[in-house]
Amino acid sequence: MSTPMPSEPWEQPGKDPAVKKFMYVNRRAPYGTIYALESLEVVLIAAAFEQDVSLVFIDDGVYQLKKGQDTGEIGMKNFSPTFRALEGYDVEKLYVEKESLWTRGLTEDDLVVPVQVVSREELREFMDQQEVILSF
Amino acid sequence: MTMLHTINKSPFERRTLDSCLGHARKGSAILLLEDGIYAALEGTVVTDKIKDATREHPIYVLGPDVRARGMSEDQVIEGVSVVGYDGFVDLVTAHDNIQSWL
Repeated sequence: MSTPMPSEPWEQPGKDPAVKKFMYVNRRAPYGTIYALESLEVVLIAAAFEQDVSLVFIDDGVYQLKKGQDTGEIGMKNFSPTFRALEGYDVEKLYVEKESLWTRGLTEDDLVVPVQVVSREELREFMDQQEVILSF
Repeated sequence: MTMLHTINKSPFERRTLDSCLGHARKGSAILLLEDGIYAALEGTVVTDKIKDATREHPIYVLGPDVRARGMSEDQVIEGVSVVGYDGFVDLVTAHDNIQSWL
């Protein structure tokens, strides 16, 4: 008698075909390292699986959303316009930490997309509610 | 000996700026580039540290890296000089040695 195939997490019964709460935590500035761009790539791929996706920007991650990036002279792709396209992939929950903006002298008006500015305390609770957290 | 120090790390993520400032001799030049440019801007929690450092060191910031990150020269701290790649080359040739704080 053959043993049954182990069930995959997304095949578990009970839940709406396994929609999970995914949080992507972005902590790095753009361009200096590849983390920011790679995070965005993974978010776009994951968006195809119709999960409950949130993007969080803390620490130097808030710099990814700075308006007016012009990478013409450094020979790298300016990927900041891609954040404006996320809405088209039903990725609409973008959270930016208030404390991280303040530390860097930035405000919501400096950012390339509409976001929800939240406190560190609010983020703490919010992170606790997630099922999958990916940090970049 | 004249030394040029370069810093390419964000002051909010690493201790590179502090380590450099702690070890650089008075009068030696400091160039902020790549993510190091975030130290050169007005209105942040490290602004005062750079303002103080301009009294001891000529400080430069690489313009192309400032613009790539969505910042403008208007936001650069007074006393910090914005240079292009040509200015970077001039700084390298004008100093006897370079210390890259990676």
